[in-house]
Amino acid sequence: MSKGRYGIHGGQYVPETLMNELLHLEERYEHYKKDPEFQRELQTLLNEYAGRPSLLYYAEKMTKDLGGARIYLKREDLNHTGSHKINNVLGQALLAKKMGKTRIIAETGAGQHGVATATAAALLGMECEIYMGEEDTVRQALNVYRMELLGAKVHPVTSGTRTLKDAVNACMREWTNRVEDTLYVLGSVMGPHPFPMIVRDFQSVISREARQQILEKEGQLPAAVVACVGGGSNSMGMFYNFIEDKDVELIGCEAAGKGVDTALTAATIATGSLGIFHGMKSYFCQDEYGQIAPVYSISAGLDYPGIGPEHAHLHDIGRARYVPVTDDEAVDAFAYMARTEGIICAVESAHAVAHVRKIAKNYSPDQSIIICLSGRGDKDVAAIARYRGVDLHE
Amino acid sequence: MSKLQDNQIGKVFQTSNHKAFIAFLTAGDPTPDCTVKYILEMERAGADLIEIGIPFSDPTAEGVVIQDANIRALQGGMTTDGAFDIVRQVRERSQIALAFMTYANPVFHYGCERFFARCEELCVGAIIVPDLPYEEKQEMEGAARAHNVALVSMIAPTSRERIQMIAREASGFIYVVSSMGVTGVRSEISTDLESMVESIRQVTDVPCAIGFGISTPKQARHMAQVSDGAIVGSAIVKIIAQDGEQAGPAIYEYVKSMKEAVSQA
Repeated sequence: MSKGRYGIHGGQYVPETLMNELLHLEERYEHYKKDPEFQRELQTLLNEYAGRPSLLYYAEKMTKDLGGARIYLKREDLNHTGSHKINNVLGQALLAKKMGKTRIIAETGAGQHGVATATAAALLGMECEIYMGEEDTVRQALNVYRMELLGAKVHPVTSGTRTLKDAVNACMREWTNRVEDTLYVLGSVMGPHPFPMIVRDFQSVISREARQQILEKEGQLPAAVVACVGGGSNSMGMFYNFIEDKDVELIGCEAAGKGVDTALTAATIATGSLGIFHGMKSYFCQDEYGQIAPVYSISAGLDYPGIGPEHAHLHDIGRARYVPVTDDEAVDAFAYMARTEGIICAVESAHAVAHVRKIAKNYSPDQSIIICLSGRGDKDVAAIARYRGVDLHE
Repeated sequence: MSKLQDNQIGKVFQTSNHKAFIAFLTAGDPTPDCTVKYILEMERAGADLIEIGIPFSDPTAEGVVIQDANIRALQGGMTTDGAFDIVRQVRERSQIALAFMTYANPVFHYGCERFFARCEELCVGAIIVPDLPYEEKQEMEGAARAHNVALVSMIAPTSRERIQMIAREASGFIYVVSSMGVTGVRSEISTDLESMVESIRQVTDVPCAIGFGISTPKQARHMAQVSDGAIVGSAIVKIIAQDGEQAGPAIYEYVKSMKEAVSQA
C-alpha cells in the first residue's frame, strides 16, 4: 500500500509527472515540521498577521434560545481574510518559499481560499495564480476583484461544471505543466498525499486552541464539536485534537443542497460511494460508471463532489458522524445567527449552525457544543438576498 | 511475462526494426458507430495499435482537445459498457491490437476483476491509466495480469531517478511522456528523450513508445528514431472534432502519412 493512507482511503493517484514533486514536498515538509525556526516564523505570522488565537465565544443568546447545551463559537471568521483558510495558506506559502518556489497556484470555490492564497503571496512576495470555476466567479465576483487587488491573476475555468472540482482539475493540469518553480497550495484536506496531512496539520491549530479554551471556560471537554464539510479542512482542523477524546462527538455537516433525495446535492457521505479521484481514494458523488456527478449547493465552498480521505476514514470507523443540511436550513441559520448573535457568518458555516439548532436541546445545560464558525458572510450577502427573492440592485 | 509477450501488444513491436504507430481516439466521439468505423480506417491506413479512450468526466491529464472529446462522448451516452461494445464490433471484423486508455475511477468503479475479464474476452491487450503511478499500480496490477492485460507504465520528463525503478517492472510497452503538462499538440518538444530511453534500455527490453504533443510526420519520425514508436492522440481527435461523422477519409490520409513517417525512422 502506498503512503498517506487513512484506513483504505488516501494515496497518491496522480500522473507520473507529479510524483517526484509530491515526494519532494513530503520530504521538505517533514524537515520543516521539525525545524523550530520554521515553526517560530509560522507562529509569528499566525499571531501577528492573521490575528490568532481566534476567540472562543460563548453564544449566550443562542444558548438561551435553543434551551440545551451551552453553545460556543470558534471564531475563525475573525481571522485576517475572513476565514480559516489563512491558517493553511500561511503554512504552505512559507513552506513553498523555503523550498525555493517563486510561484504559487490554487483552486478556489467561494473565493476564500483564493483570497487567502493571494494574500499570502502578496505578503511573501510570490507570484500567484488562482483557478476558479466560471460559475463561481459570477457568484463571488467581489472575491475575484479582491484577489486581483492583491496582485493575483484569476483564471475563470470554463470546463466541466465550471465549479470547484473543475478548478481543482485546472490547477492539477497547470501544476503538471510547471512544477519546477511552482507549488500547488491545495485548499482542503484532499488530493494526493501529502496534502491531506499537510493541510490537516496546519488547520489543527483550530482544535489545539479550542480544546484549551473550552477547558479554561468550562473546566471540561465539550459534548460535541460541529463543523461544515466540503473537502473538509475547517472540520478536520476542528476535529483533530479531539479525536482521542472519545467522549467528544465529532459532527460534520454536509451540503445537502435541495435535499439528499434530489440530484441537486453535494452530500458525499449521504449519497456518494467509494472511488478514486483528484489523487485520492475516498467517497465521491458519482454515477454507476464512476463518472463524477455534477453537484450542487448554495454554498460555493461546499459545492464539491468528494470528501477528504481522513474524514472518509473517521466515517468508516464511526469516530465522526456526517449529517446533511439543506440550502433552506443553511439560509435560515445564516439569518438566525445574524439576528440572534449579531454575526453574519459564511453560508458554509451556517450549515453547522443549522444542525446545532436541531440538536442543542438534546443536551443538558452542563454540557457544551462548539461550532466552528469557519468564515464570515460578507461574501454571501448578495447571494442570500437573491435566494430570498430580494433584488439589491448591486 | 512470457504470457504478456504472447499477446498482441508484444507482436506490435516484435518484428526487428519495426517501428510502431499508435493511434488514439475517444470511444463514442462523435458516435459509437463512427468509433468502430474510424478504428477500421486507421488499421487500413497502417496503424499498429489503437488506443481507445473510455471517456471520463474529469480527465485531468488531458488538454482541451481530448477533454472536449470526453464531453462529446459522455453527452452522447457513452459508458464503459458502451466502449466494450465498440470493441466487440471491431473484433467481428479485425484482429488489430487494441489498448484502453482511461482514468482509475471508471475501472475501479466497474470492478477491476470484471473490467479486465472483459478485456481478455475481447482481446484488449493493454491499458493506460494516467492517474495510476508506480506507487498505486497494485490497485489493478493483479487483476490485469491475471487476465493477460498489460498495465502500461508511464515515464515522464520529471521521472529522473524513478525511470529505472518503473522500467524494471514494466510490461507491454512503456509510455514515454514527451513533455510536461497535459496531452495536446506542441510545436516543439525539447525534452532529452534520447537519454530517457537510454536509461530505460539499461534495465529492460520492453519496447518504448513516445506520446504527448506529437502531430506532424516529422515529429513522429523523430520519435520513432529515438524509441520504438510514436503515439498520437490530440491530432486525430482534432480531425474528428472538425469533420464529425465524415472524418473517415481525413483520418485515413493522416494516419497513412504518419505511419509512413514512422516507417522511415
